Amino acid sequence: MIGIIDYGAGNLHSIEKAIKKLGFTTKIMSKPDEFHGINKIIFPGVGNAGKTMQIIKKLGMDKQIKKCITEGVPFLGICLGMQLLLEFSKENETDCLSIFEGTVIPFHQGVKVPHMGWNEVQQIMKHPIYKGIPDRCDFYFVHSFYVQPLHESDVIGLTNYSHDFCSVIARDNVIGVQFHPEKVPKPD
Amino acid sequence: MAEKKIIPCLDMKDGRVVKGVQFVNLRDAGDPVELAAFYEEQGADELVFLDIAATNEGRETMLDVVRKVAEQITIPFTVGGGIRTVEQMKAVIDAGADKVSIGTAAYDNPHLFKEGAEALGPDRIVAAIDAKFVDEAGTWRVVIHGGNTVTDKDVVEWAKEAAELGAGEILLTSMDRDGEKSGYDLEMTKAVVDAVDVPVIASGGAGTIDDFYAAFTKANAAGALAASVFHFKETSVKEVKAELKRRGIDLK
Repeated sequence: MIGIIDYGAGNLHSIEKAIKKLGFTTKIMSKPDEFHGINKIIFPGVGNAGKTMQIIKKLGMDKQIKKCITEGVPFLGICLGMQLLLEFSKENETDCLSIFEGTVIPFHQGVKVPHMGWNEVQQIMKHPIYKGIPDRCDFYFVHSFYVQPLHESDVIGLTNYSHDFCSVIARDNVIGVQFHPEKVPKPD
Repeated sequence: MAEKKIIPCLDMKDGRVVKGVQFVNLRDAGDPVELAAFYEEQGADELVFLDIAATNEGRETMLDVVRKVAEQITIPFTVGGGIRTVEQMKAVIDAGADKVSIGTAAYDNPHLFKEGAEALGPDRIVAAIDAKFVDEAGTWRVVIHGGNTVTDKDVVEWAKEAAELGAGEILLTSMDRDGEKSGYDLEMTKAVVDAVDVPVIASGGAGTIDDFYAAFTKANAAGALAASVFHFKETSVKEVKAELKRRGIDLK
């Protein structure tokens, strides 16, 4: 069963639909005590860093997320859900979950934000999540901030938007993607 | 850089796709769910659905279409037309849309952009700006109420305000060019693109592949939206994209 973290920002529709289509069962989790029976976790992100951290802390989800990650549960953060895995976000000057060392910063001035649309992911390290996905495949991005991990070894994918930024991060059982993997470009 | 986007637009009335010229003389253009699936298959980068009747009873029909479209396709899509409150925005997003576009209602109450961006995130809020050239003013003015009211508002000023208030994207439609297939209003599009920090989608006037090419190369739009040429099969998304790629435009 794949647990999807819900903190009330709405629209888990497309992600849930995509997982079901792949033949897996899902569970929407909006409280820490709903995490039982789950063997994988997806943390989708909608909204801004400050408000989201505030909500998940209030719900006690932050501790639950850290506990599951420490226990080795496979964990995927998407978009804001990736950014919140870092230590600190410049968006609303927010302390985040500190799973990865590093910060979340905005695109510099003069660049159109949000970065909204299809763009390529360059696979700079081998990783099981890339299985069956060609290098420089298109994914759908919608974001104004991006992660800047402290350790280069955590960066496994890069995307260019005025400069290269980290679009896929991974260490042990934790993966973060800046794009929305449930959006699929057609035709390939 | 982010790839340029080709975006078919589905104007809707009473659950059907329609298309007119300068916002009137509507022709039936098909079933929205079937058309959405067709355009996705053709390689469309996103879709836009605009409820041009936007009556109360029409709203429920529209939400039903949104749900069905969300079941059917995996590319992002925007829904607009008659949305006046944050609750209505939420309903559209909950039904499965990726973005909502706000036009007249935000003109009447600009804080709607701010409230929407706070509730749903700026990435989900599109400012739908219709405009036409006003000879006496010598510039483009914002048009509201589906083309029925020409305001005194300068389009560039309004676009800047919308972006500052929280809209994450601007869908800029030239009413002069709507359905005319005489090319996008490149001058107006460029003026807005140069003035705002958010991506701008050019709309109104696409007739040939050259028009799409010009929207990207001359006006630097992030995306180009079109309806008539695609609905009435004068060209296809596939054909447009293949030719633009051949000419060196970065597309998915």
